Amino acid sequence: MKAWFLLAVIVGSTVTADLLQTYEMKRHGEIHDFRPSGLRRVLATLARKKNIILAVAFMAVPFFAFMALVQVADLSFAVPASAASLVIEIVLARLLLKEQVDLRRWVGAALVACGVWLLAL
Amino acid sequence: MNSRLRWKTRAFAAIVILSNALGNLFLTWGMRHGVEQLTASPFSFLRAIFNPWVSVGICLLILWLLSKMFLLSWADLTYVLPVTAFGYVLTAVLSRLFLGEHITPARWAGTFLIAAGIVLVGPGNPRAGEPT
Repeated sequence: MKAWFLLAVIVGSTVTADLLQTYEMKRHGEIHDFRPSGLRRVLATLARKKNIILAVAFMAVPFFAFMALVQVADLSFAVPASAASLVIEIVLARLLLKEQVDLRRWVGAALVACGVWLLAL
Repeated sequence: MNSRLRWKTRAFAAIVILSNALGNLFLTWGMRHGVEQLTASPFSFLRAIFNPWVSVGICLLILWLLSKMFLLSWADLTYVLPVTAFGYVLTAVLSRLFLGEHITPARWAGTFLIAAGIVLVGPGNPRAGEPT
């Protein structure tokens, strides 16, 4: 029961964090400069973005829940089971972020989701 | 999408996959060796974080976070998620090898199904809205 509760916390927070992170990174635009000075500038800019700060806060929740989960469940269960967020995220990426998802990607993602489900059995 | 962007995407996808799987492995190893059972107390988590194995795991997971953020700056979330799902396959293998976990046939079947999904999604365009 504790494992499933921790899992629900991980999935809900992960979905929220990934959506916020993607939204803000798309607004920022593609990163071209990978020199240390360029990376410092990018990180300094991102550190001031409200959505990134929120995303990091939401990422902290599943991290601590994951630390507790691996003490009560197998890692080979904890990691794939937490990927239940994947299906929700793909649907929300289509609906909220308006990403174009072609048939090939839907099928691939569905296979990954089925695989994740089997791993969690 | 030009070949430079394609190679940059593959390199970052590899970093994301490896740092996540190894980070989880080190973190789990640390949580099971030398860390007491976690309680609701924040001090319990703080003590766990300073375990050397857990610390290495956290550093790798920070690398995972940053590389994934960079990848997301040019690639669709719906590309990044399935591609990086290969980390689940790698995690299952590492769990079997280093943590001695028993992986059932259903879990192995799931592992191969994920690999099949990745083969299908991987060669696609990270920005589905653009012509290749």
